Amino acid sequence: MKLAFQLAYRNLMGAGLRTILNSAVLSLSFVIIIFFNGIIDGWDNQARRESIKWEFGNGQVLHEEYDPQDPFTIQDAHGTYPDDPTLNPILLVQGSIYPKGRMMSIVLKGIKTDQEILAIPTNLLASTDAEIPVLIGKRMAEAAKLAVGDNLLLRWRDKNGTFDAQNITIAAIFDTDVGTVDNGQVWLDIEKLWAMTGLQSEATMLIASEDKPYDISGWNYRSQDNLLQELTDIITMKKSSGLILYGLLMTIALLAIFDTQVLSIFRRQKEIGTYIALGMTRLSVIRLFTVEGSMYSIFAMILGSLYGIPLLLYLSKTGIGMPAASMDMGVTLAERIYPIYGVGLILGTIVIIVLSATIVSFLPTRKISRLDPVDAIKGKVI
Amino acid sequence: MEKKPIISIKDVTKRFKDGEGEFTALSKINLEYTAGEFAGFVGPSGSGKTTLLNIIGSLDKPTEGSAMVMGKSISALSHKESALLRNKHIGFIFQVYNLLPVYTVYENVEFALLLQDYSESDRKKMVMEALDWVGLTDLKDKRPSKLSGGEGQRVAIARAMVKRPEILIADEPTANLDAANAHTILKMMKKLNQELNTTFLFSTHDEKVMKYLDRIVNLKDGKVVKDELVTAELGVL
Repeated sequence: MKLAFQLAYRNLMGAGLRTILNSAVLSLSFVIIIFFNGIIDGWDNQARRESIKWEFGNGQVLHEEYDPQDPFTIQDAHGTYPDDPTLNPILLVQGSIYPKGRMMSIVLKGIKTDQEILAIPTNLLASTDAEIPVLIGKRMAEAAKLAVGDNLLLRWRDKNGTFDAQNITIAAIFDTDVGTVDNGQVWLDIEKLWAMTGLQSEATMLIASEDKPYDISGWNYRSQDNLLQELTDIITMKKSSGLILYGLLMTIALLAIFDTQVLSIFRRQKEIGTYIALGMTRLSVIRLFTVEGSMYSIFAMILGSLYGIPLLLYLSKTGIGMPAASMDMGVTLAERIYPIYGVGLILGTIVIIVLSATIVSFLPTRKISRLDPVDAIKGKVI
Repeated sequence: MEKKPIISIKDVTKRFKDGEGEFTALSKINLEYTAGEFAGFVGPSGSGKTTLLNIIGSLDKPTEGSAMVMGKSISALSHKESALLRNKHIGFIFQVYNLLPVYTVYENVEFALLLQDYSESDRKKMVMEALDWVGLTDLKDKRPSKLSGGEGQRVAIARAMVKRPEILIADEPTANLDAANAHTILKMMKKLNQELNTTFLFSTHDEKVMKYLDRIVNLKDGKVVKDELVTAELGVL
């Protein structure tokens, strides 16, 4: 086997441009596959971290009437909750705001100003003189063209269904990647919301500060893992759809190797005959050609490393900007995604490419086993 | 004491499929060669010269009869054993040199040794010695495409001889060379034959080659028509 590697190396180095081209095409697949997987892994990592930080905490306990996928359930999904210091209440109430004279449907979210489980800067609600200070996210501020200090009309329904309206003041604008705490959400002190709605000491959901199951009558506990499952499913789906791209890239690169191998065996018959005449068995010639083909993947790895490592490291530092439209998809997506290249991803990609290159290199070489060395020496077509 | 033959051909017949029928390339050939002979097969095209060399070189097998080379029956050898026989005991020189195009002169010559378990220092010593025999040490880093025909064939000789085989098979080695180069090559081979006691077997219809041979076997239609020991006119040291 050592000899096969030694000879294959010589042959490939001697082949010059052909080797460079095949390795370059394959190296591109290497780098692109690692890059795209790195982006997805980076997104996954960021999205999980941000979702836990801004929305999920260590789990949620939802009022049994509340379905996060159905905004019509908000109206009736509220109730008193047990006095547990590890549970932080959030009350959801539907309302409308009128920024610059146009109406915008929103969800009012009452939250304790002294909570520390979520990253929402609720302490800012307590440090203002405004009558009803509120927090909104950056995307919401951009959509509604609102700035800190702006006053605008808020209309909501109290517990009896009666409409009420009052001016609110934007106390602060926070920056989050989690769209579900930003788009169409207005955060205010839960004490104020209780007073505004008459839903004293009631909540729609409770954010857990401890990772433990909560068994509360009339409330449904969802663990952090359960809450993240949706995100995991979306990311898995994205990864699966990425497979089409990888498949295409790999097909192009492997076709180049396959084509080179077929052409090699056709054009190098005299060489094959000479190998056999000089004392190589057909099997060792097959091994040589297979190793030659699979060595493209080794060269591709080296070539890919030369430009791929600096490029991927640079991108992992600067991140990749996401288009503005993608922020409104409802999926946690940062403005910049910082790719993560795990050892598993890199090793997995290497194994897949080396194995695939070896298989496509081996397939055409089977012809050698049927080759008559006498004909081969003369360069007669197989 | 009579020398023991290293090649013994007994009643060898070789037939090839030719469409629906068969074509007989060799018919009942009987020949023996001892170590150090400088012999050739002479005859017109299609007389069976190359076929006989291919059988002796264990690249092909006889249809009938027995071909013993270095004590091994060619018919009974497996692919692996044939390869081993060629690797250890037989060198080949082809009409069109068959040098490996992506290798340098040095690497081409070294190739035969790579298939055996020589150390790098031994290989280097042997390759340089072989290149010295053929006067190509200066061109060791050149690729075959940069060599003249005569130089290419000298590399082929070095490659065939570097492992010091007992038998060297040369199929029309001078067919692509001009007269001056042909004589240079033949003198070189004769010298190696005499110095290393290697058995040289040629197939040729080149008069120049015949003048160097000590034994000429005339073939016609796959049969031996004459097997004679001759006094070489040229190349005697």
